[in-house]
Amino acid sequence: MSSIDASGNAKTVIGGHKSRTSALLLLLHMRTFVALILVFAFFAIAAPNFLTTGNMLIISKHVALNAILAIGMTFVIIAGGIDLSVGSIVGLCAMVAGYLVLYGIDLGFVGVAYSVQFNTIEICLIVLVVGIFIGWINGMLITKLNVAPFIATLGILYVARGSALLFSDGRTFPNLAGNPEYGSDTFRIIGSGTFFGLPVSVWIMVVVALGAAYLATRTPLGRHIYAVGGNERGAALSGVNVDRTKLFVYMFSGLCAALVGLIISSQLQASHPATGETFELNAIAAAVLGGTSMSGGRGRIAGTIVGAFVIGILADGLIMMGVSSFWQTVIKGLVIIAAVVVDQVQQKLQARVVLQQNAN
Amino acid sequence: MTDANPIGLSIRNGSKIYPGTQALKNVDFDLRMGAVNVLVGENGAGKSTLMKIIAGVEQLNGGTIEIDGQQVVFADKTDAAKHGVGIVFQELNLFPNLTVAENIFVGHEKTRAGIHIDSQAQRTAAAALMKRLEQNIDPDTPLGNLRIGQQQIVEIAKALAENARILILDEPTSALSAAEVEVLFRVIGDLRKQGVGIVYISHRLEELIRIGDYITVLRDGAITGSRSMQGVDIPWIVANMIGSASKEFPKTGDHELGNEVFRVDNVCLPSPAGGYAVDHMSLSVREGEIVGLYGLMGAGRSELLECIMAQHPNSSGQIFIGGKPVKEKSVSGRIRRGLALIPEDRKRDGLVQIMTIRENLTMSSLYDFTRGFHLSLKAEASKAAEFVKRMAIKIASLEHPVSSLSGGNQQKVVIGKALMTRPKILLMDEPSRGIDIGAKAEIFRTMRRLAEDGLGILFVTSDLEEVLALSDRVLVMANGRLTGQFPAGASAAEVISAATPNLNRVETQ
Repeated sequence: MSSIDASGNAKTVIGGHKSRTSALLLLLHMRTFVALILVFAFFAIAAPNFLTTGNMLIISKHVALNAILAIGMTFVIIAGGIDLSVGSIVGLCAMVAGYLVLYGIDLGFVGVAYSVQFNTIEICLIVLVVGIFIGWINGMLITKLNVAPFIATLGILYVARGSALLFSDGRTFPNLAGNPEYGSDTFRIIGSGTFFGLPVSVWIMVVVALGAAYLATRTPLGRHIYAVGGNERGAALSGVNVDRTKLFVYMFSGLCAALVGLIISSQLQASHPATGETFELNAIAAAVLGGTSMSGGRGRIAGTIVGAFVIGILADGLIMMGVSSFWQTVIKGLVIIAAVVVDQVQQKLQARVVLQQNAN
Repeated sequence: MTDANPIGLSIRNGSKIYPGTQALKNVDFDLRMGAVNVLVGENGAGKSTLMKIIAGVEQLNGGTIEIDGQQVVFADKTDAAKHGVGIVFQELNLFPNLTVAENIFVGHEKTRAGIHIDSQAQRTAAAALMKRLEQNIDPDTPLGNLRIGQQQIVEIAKALAENARILILDEPTSALSAAEVEVLFRVIGDLRKQGVGIVYISHRLEELIRIGDYITVLRDGAITGSRSMQGVDIPWIVANMIGSASKEFPKTGDHELGNEVFRVDNVCLPSPAGGYAVDHMSLSVREGEIVGLYGLMGAGRSELLECIMAQHPNSSGQIFIGGKPVKEKSVSGRIRRGLALIPEDRKRDGLVQIMTIRENLTMSSLYDFTRGFHLSLKAEASKAAEFVKRMAIKIASLEHPVSSLSGGNQQKVVIGKALMTRPKILLMDEPSRGIDIGAKAEIFRTMRRLAEDGLGILFVTSDLEEVLALSDRVLVMANGRLTGQFPAGASAAEVISAATPNLNRVETQ
């Protein structure tokens, strides 16, 4: 039996065979990162214009959208749930943003012939509240009305998408340039601006990722998310407020989706009601690729970010090499499955190493 | 002797190596037919491994298995079942979403023409088995609605349904009440008469002596004693098991009891089957007092603890801590008021198996290490390390998953988690269930020590010896009601008669 020193670190003697096992384990542990380096290196050599600053910026802008959604998704999955509605929330929030930029809120419905106009910050806040509110509905359906997460968020997927279409009768809101008079001409910065040479959307991703990683590892709420996904009943009996924890993850996921909706409508200077279709699947893929377990309780924000980059680089790199989009889809699927298979191997090996250490 | 009980299965020179550990070392084991072969040893001694090999779940790395003199190799459990070996695992392997009858016949369904399940035949056969096991369980009940003790009976029925010639029972009584144990023993007696070879594993030594014909003792993967049961006594078993005789129960301390710290007043829980699962229960616990709550399976003991821990929103009644009513409706609120529960089912309710030992230990006390919303991992780890030391939990690293620990050490993690919240009253539901003698003794010593420090303890148990030896006061429940109250040193007969209300019509007012 190894002894424990005061700080809780185990002193274990590592022999030659074991160190090879732990080296392999470390490699498996970092597998998504290794995959990222391999994919990156491959395209750097195989695709001529891959390693240019311009291309890197384009890729990072693409990745940022999926990564932000995937961060929200990661919390939901760790807590033992799933959120299929994020793509639709992106679409609805994009429409709300477009409407506010173009028209503001017409007070005609309360009998006043006047419409309120908003500046960029106010528009952003309203859109984020809309996203959080839809997440709250998801959470209430799941915790208070006991609807299975898959079903609840599938229902909201349709409701939110339908609402997005109703907003404009299916049409696009074009020319979201904003109006300097109302202070909304800065709306374009969210999607097209840069800050220290990086797109604003990438900065948003960085801030969300750092915040989420902090939340996951350094706050009681983060720990509760893992506990609820690992054993809901055990967590409840330990005094964890299960309902509140679940409610939070869906609201956070809604917030992430709203951010993406804002970025896209700003980037395109237009809002289309079909924005964000099937985004939820890419978000799930990034989370799973990054080591998040679909059965809950396991996953890391850093893994998800790396997963999102693997998917993004793979997609853009294949396009640059002229690989057909049909093949791209096949390759993406194979990569996801391979990631999960490797994950299973790692779990097995890890359990064996722990057993070994306990036996000694 | 040999003629009456021929050897049905034997293992010669059996070895089993798991990565990093040798679970069995050159074991010679004979299984006699028409007899109860008891197998005993501490946790990790290799009992379960040996049984898994006989049942075909695991394969030997070295050595041979013979059945009726023919050498055999079991590919898997189905293969072993074809040779007439049936096993009831310590951990239940049942489906809560299926009915009792469906559970009994899962994997070997009774069918017409090989495809259509003959539900009627299954139901009839299941009802017959339930009758044979003297259980009043409807074969159409979903298994999830049964108590753990009843589920264990279903597990036994499942093995009986396959007409096993060799039946392995791994800790079959750990969740059973005294009455259910009697039923099981009668069934075992019948099977023995029919020539079935039974292997019986248990931590309850008195049980082994009562029921066994042959005994085999394992220690660290090797057999340290093997003989006919005649003349075997508990000291002999213990000596072979752990090398030297040890006392299982610590002496009752003679410290002064303090004031009443905890009171339950008129708690009721309506039962879904009508009537009450907990029927107007009132009790109190003093500082430093260990109160044992004894009763048969289904008496409402666990439900009472669940009511106290805010698990049943439709329960009524009041609870008081230090004389002040507890109004909090949430578990976390009740923990803050000084209540802590050690649940009966460690795996399902006590721990988050995939999380680390550290994370499990601090699960209920995270806000102690939190300023604002920042959780200090350093403060958390040092507190966890302190409790590992205090509870003498054997671990290699705080960062390993809690699932890598043995049952006894997992239980210590659960207790450590509860103690970290600095409770005033500790509720323990079957604290010694499924852990070996050494770990049990340690848990009991810990309970004593905590009581001496002024903690009030209310513990539920189905083990008569345990409740008598450990309690300062014994309470007995039956049919949801309090049916008896005894001081320390009460006689076993009194306690049993209070727990069996059919024999006991005395008014409790």
